[in-house]
Amino acid sequence: MDISYRWLQSLVPGLDLPPEALAERLAMCGAPADAVIALGEPLRDIRIARVIEARRHPNADRLSLCRVDAGTGELLNVVCGAPNVRGGATYPFAPAGATLPGGMVIKRAKIRGEESNGMLCSARELGLGRDHEGILELHGDFTPGDSFIEAVGLDDWRFVLDITANRPDLLSHIGVAREIAPAGDAGVVLPPVAATGDGRAQALAQFRAARVHRVSDAGEAEGIRISIEDAEKCPRYIGVVIRGVTVGPAPEWLATRLRAIGQRPINNIVDATNFVLHELGQPLHAFDLARLRGSEIRVRRAAPGESMVTLDGEKRDLSPDMLVIADAERPVAVAGVMGGQESEVADDTRDVLLECALFDPRSIRRTRRALGLSTDASYRYERGVDPEGMERAARRAVELILATAGGRAEPVLLDVNPRPFEAPVAPLRPARAQHVLGVALGADLLVSLLQPLGFRALAADGDALRFRVPGWRAYDVTREADLIEEVARRYGYDRFPEELRPFRPSAVPDHPVAILEDRLRSLLVGRGLLESRTMGLASEAEGDVALTNPLSSAESRLRRALLPGLVHRVEYNLARGNRDVRLFEIGTVFAPGEPGAQPLEETWLALAFTGARHAPHWSAAPEPYDIWDLKGLLADLVALLYPAAGVLEPGTHDPLLVPALGFHVPADDGSAWVAQGGQVAPGGVDAPAWAGPIWGMELRLAGAELAPGARGYRVVPTQPAIEWDLALLIADAVPAARVEALIVDAAGASLERVAPFDLYRGPGIAEGTRSIAYRLRFRAPDRTLTDAEVERAVERVLRRLKEELGVERR
Amino acid sequence: MDLIQELETLEREGREAVGTVRDADALEALRVRLLGRKEGRLTAILRQLAQLPPEQKPVIGAAANRVKDALTELLETRAAELEAESGGAAAGLDLTLPGRTAWRGARHPVTLVVDEITAVFRSLGFTRARGPEAETDWYNFVSLNTPLDHPAADAADTFYLSPGVLLRSHTSPVQIRTMQAFQPPIRVLIPGMVYRRDPFDASHAPGFEQIEGLAVDEGITFADLKATLAEFARRLFGPAAKVRFRPSFFPFTEPSAEVDVTCFLCGAKGCSACKGTGWMEIMGAGMVDPAVFEAVGYDPERWTGWAFGMGPGRIALLRYGIPDIRLLYESDTRFLQQFA
Repeated sequence: MDISYRWLQSLVPGLDLPPEALAERLAMCGAPADAVIALGEPLRDIRIARVIEARRHPNADRLSLCRVDAGTGELLNVVCGAPNVRGGATYPFAPAGATLPGGMVIKRAKIRGEESNGMLCSARELGLGRDHEGILELHGDFTPGDSFIEAVGLDDWRFVLDITANRPDLLSHIGVAREIAPAGDAGVVLPPVAATGDGRAQALAQFRAARVHRVSDAGEAEGIRISIEDAEKCPRYIGVVIRGVTVGPAPEWLATRLRAIGQRPINNIVDATNFVLHELGQPLHAFDLARLRGSEIRVRRAAPGESMVTLDGEKRDLSPDMLVIADAERPVAVAGVMGGQESEVADDTRDVLLECALFDPRSIRRTRRALGLSTDASYRYERGVDPEGMERAARRAVELILATAGGRAEPVLLDVNPRPFEAPVAPLRPARAQHVLGVALGADLLVSLLQPLGFRALAADGDALRFRVPGWRAYDVTREADLIEEVARRYGYDRFPEELRPFRPSAVPDHPVAILEDRLRSLLVGRGLLESRTMGLASEAEGDVALTNPLSSAESRLRRALLPGLVHRVEYNLARGNRDVRLFEIGTVFAPGEPGAQPLEETWLALAFTGARHAPHWSAAPEPYDIWDLKGLLADLVALLYPAAGVLEPGTHDPLLVPALGFHVPADDGSAWVAQGGQVAPGGVDAPAWAGPIWGMELRLAGAELAPGARGYRVVPTQPAIEWDLALLIADAVPAARVEALIVDAAGASLERVAPFDLYRGPGIAEGTRSIAYRLRFRAPDRTLTDAEVERAVERVLRRLKEELGVERR
Repeated sequence: MDLIQELETLEREGREAVGTVRDADALEALRVRLLGRKEGRLTAILRQLAQLPPEQKPVIGAAANRVKDALTELLETRAAELEAESGGAAAGLDLTLPGRTAWRGARHPVTLVVDEITAVFRSLGFTRARGPEAETDWYNFVSLNTPLDHPAADAADTFYLSPGVLLRSHTSPVQIRTMQAFQPPIRVLIPGMVYRRDPFDASHAPGFEQIEGLAVDEGITFADLKATLAEFARRLFGPAAKVRFRPSFFPFTEPSAEVDVTCFLCGAKGCSACKGTGWMEIMGAGMVDPAVFEAVGYDPERWTGWAFGMGPGRIALLRYGIPDIRLLYESDTRFLQQFA
């Protein structure tokens, strides 16, 4: 919402807060300014100047040589190229050294042999309009040398206010004025509309005596008939007829007001309605009466298949849930949104019907969304227009039209009001206010805080004060809680004490997945991984749950897995020459749920890494990550999250991974896995030629062991151990895991640990066979083992290896 | 001379000689002199062993071994000392070369901020709650006193999955789910991803992290809210930090406030980050609207509560001086590594 400082001052006599202080004040009222723009600033060098004499330049037919009084005490020579320059007239003047908007600096110069000490300016040169026909002649009583911006009232500031959805009243100057006037509503006055010329002043005086003809849902007055066929969507419609207007440019003061808030002046009729919209917050529309067929206004639903062309030249298809303003034959406006092109005020318009209506916010909102058409009017109707301010707004607009466009208004406001406004009455118990706010505020204080905001105190009901809510707050304030907020706001949030009170511990236990995430992050960061955070949005190929209103096709689904997105992050890094990438992410993945219900969600963990296994060091060449890094890390995480899961099963079925270079842990809930990992299939990765394999894994946290793993004391051995190395010749077809399992089984209880420590393949070893060396450690908990006991165990192991697996000692 | 005496003399003299040796060569020469297999003094003593009566041999032998061990240890200790003095094994090593390090991992900067916020509120008695990212419009809007035809529920700002099902636009639905599942006292912190239909640019992302707090009990007041958030600001941004409450509007709190904290980049003097105001808007807060309590079946006359919400991503941008929100999502290792 754009607010003009000078406009506000016109409503709040005596408002003397400088613009910066006003912005601060507005922020503390709940209407912070996103920007405060000093409008006069680019024109600060421009002065008022009077041309005393203008004659033809001796050396150029199209130039004039002027003697100019710029208030400097002497007359200046100025060369001017404008055709409209004349002696005795007043113009904006840029003296030598002045900077124009846009940064051009005026210099003293010789033009065709004659000295020129500045420039008389056009509206366009001052950034005030597009008119470049000639220089801007000023009409009125001006003093040469005065600041131009002050003289014409452009010494203004535009406040770009951020207005919350609950405060439609602040979408107008009067609403902002009520908030900042020291006396509140009572301190706001509307400056009366003044008219010059006998005819206009008389027409204005006559209209001020106009009566209101109120009817419930249809009525006729002065040749116009108005009916409301849907009182739910349109509770009230006021129409006034003005005859004999002359459409033309609005006067300078009105145009200046509109320009100050960034609006473009159009003509005196439209500008008058626009002025009242921004002053009082009431949207208005002016119809060319001659273009309304049947001199009739029907507020009705659109008929099936009906359409119309709106002011912006677009053809709009209407549907029966939309409210339209129609004449006897066809829609002439989309109610509360935009008028129609066919009935709009044009240069030849003589008679006008002014509409001042009230519409149901929900209805306007639906229509605006359906048409994709938001206007100043729809924006305010959606949030709520003051039902008690309508007549005043209608009268003010008519007065402005009479004053600026002439004509005569019919002496009747036809007020069709099938659903009269009933002001809400809200209770306020002082004890409740204290209960919520933590500060005791007496009844008198409560009244004195609320009264200036327009809330009128009614007779109390027992302990409860009662307040009548003014029309401009009726959409937002209906309950005690709403009044308590108003009290707190008016009292000043900064005046509340900061009292830290003792608290009772939360009845809600800390969420176990949150605890688990903390542990995983610590673990993975400790192992050198960097945490990645991406969004849950994915492309069609990577998600099964679709958004109905996506921003782009690349973000049109919810991801079904974490690893694909993380691999994209690796690709991103590789593309930027980051060779060593180690990422992990904890996030949500989605699967389709029941039709029409929420999708299913799970929290997953994913890792992706590539490049060197160790941070670079000059002592050794970098070694790339390999599958054993992947397997070790995956096994550690599985041991933490799924301690009962057992070993990783070789192989994966995920097309993202190379099937033969991966592992998975089967799930017992019917899904393919609870954890999987392996080499990311190179075919699906966009990586530079120098990049090595990318290793990836993902683990579901949903079914994971949420309690810390079982921990407990086991006796620390006191007896010595005996270690025994066995190099075994194992056929490739025999998995090492089977060999190891058999060793454990055959060696007996004294085998404490068995682990491979070397693998050899090559000369001396038969094709299709490898040599794996195992180190076995034996220990008895209660005595020193003898070599003989160990030898017997090893013999048992070797015998069974040979019998059952064909494995021989090397 | 008694062989025992000779051994003792050998040990004493050896001990003295070892202490005076100044370099490795001299030490080796001393070792040969004392313990050398051919010419050493110990060897010379042991040669006399053959002439002794058999019953004395073990006694002298044991004594000789003890002296040998003692001298060997002395020599080795001295050798180590000399090596250390001379640079020893480091001779030829340039110790200005870098040492061997491990890869350093890092939490994401947004996580760092979430962790800090969590730590503060844990100490104020809060626990963490979670809820689904895909929600129904009842949880996301209606239960939070936001009718679906209210401008605050505008579909333009919300991603929908099907009629009535959407991606949550704030973490507040978890307030409702928590209150449905538990009775007060409630003090929960709700971190999580939320989604809004904003095109991805330098200052907006369609999905981002939010963290929200909710306290419900008897006697919770607006003054208590102010105090809690002031305490939070001091712990997060330093003891000089102050907060300022400005009136605002959220459908699910009343009174509602925007909460500014004194700019922690310029010390409230005014800088580009705070647009010269000295204040930074970091969160929204307010007293839980009675309509929200009614939606979950709490008695609003008995219970009062407050809630607040903020964007850890935004705080991370401000705190670490990150100019573009997209950096938070790119996972560029050169960026993430800076938070190790």
